Amino acid sequence: MEEAGKLLGTALAIGLGAIGPGIGIGIIGGKALEALGRNPEAESVVRTNMILGIAFAEAVAIYALVISLIIKFT
Amino acid sequence: MLHISIKAEPIFRIFGFNITNSLLSSVTVLIIFILLSYFFASSMSKKKTKITLLILFILESMYSLFSSILKEKTRIFYPLLMTFFLFVLLSNWFGLIPGVGSITIREPVVAAEHVAENPVYVPLLRGSTADLNTTIAIALISVILIQYYGIKFVGLKGYLSKFVNFANPIGFFVGILELISEFSKIISFAFRLFGNIFAGEVLLVVIAFLIPILASFPFLLLEIFVGFIQALVFSMLTAIFINVAIIKHH
Repeated sequence: MEEAGKLLGTALAIGLGAIGPGIGIGIIGGKALEALGRNPEAESVVRTNMILGIAFAEAVAIYALVISLIIKFT
Repeated sequence: MLHISIKAEPIFRIFGFNITNSLLSSVTVLIIFILLSYFFASSMSKKKTKITLLILFILESMYSLFSSILKEKTRIFYPLLMTFFLFVLLSNWFGLIPGVGSITIREPVVAAEHVAENPVYVPLLRGSTADLNTTIAIALISVILIQYYGIKFVGLKGYLSKFVNFANPIGFFVGILELISEFSKIISFAFRLFGNIFAGEVLLVVIAFLIPILASFPFLLLEIFVGFIQALVFSMLTAIFINVAIIKHH
């Protein structure tokens, strides 16, 4: 019973935690492509800032992953 | 079954201190780093080889990247930021070398009776950024240096006025939020790096467990990319936070 709860907690932590960052990364990528379409010369600046923004959004998913790994392996 | 451990395992002890496998690989990375920089410095005065030119190219492109954030103060912070970048990059990539994590030794168990029946095997080396201790250490260095440079450039009084502000209630509340955000920087630095690299190792192990042949190769390429991006993000964020800290505000 305890094992089942642990597994459920692991799956729920990463599953729910990935929703927000997924939406966020989608918005960031879409907006970056939009900006590139408007101003193709600014490609390197847009790319650097996009990767930074994606890393920020992805960090939230990574927190959820760390939590789920801690639930699973401890 | 899969061997996944969220904490680094001790492999031997010196004077009662546990020497973990991630500490061992951290020292290895450090030795590689020192040898590389010694080789680079000594070959700068002689005829330049291709490797020297490659290192020079990396250093120069990172310099121009940092100077887009820090402007004319890049010269002061460049050694610190580049050390962060190169150490994190080499640590991340060191964890991907075949043999790191797969070569195991028998665990030195203190209680002798349970050695004989089932010995536990632990990896000899473990990617040092896949251990929370290492990443917290780097994050602490980074955040303490941000405070140090803030005090040095703005002055103690000017820097503290960012956190303690009795002029109006909103300013007081914003000061508390600023104080909390300084502490959350440590957590977010440490967990971002640890989470990305540890998740990468777990991913590689799971893929190699499901499909033993060739399937983990594209994921290995992905992990090389992720290791580079995380090193870049760590040094870029330090640069941005230093830039915010050294600006005089009103």
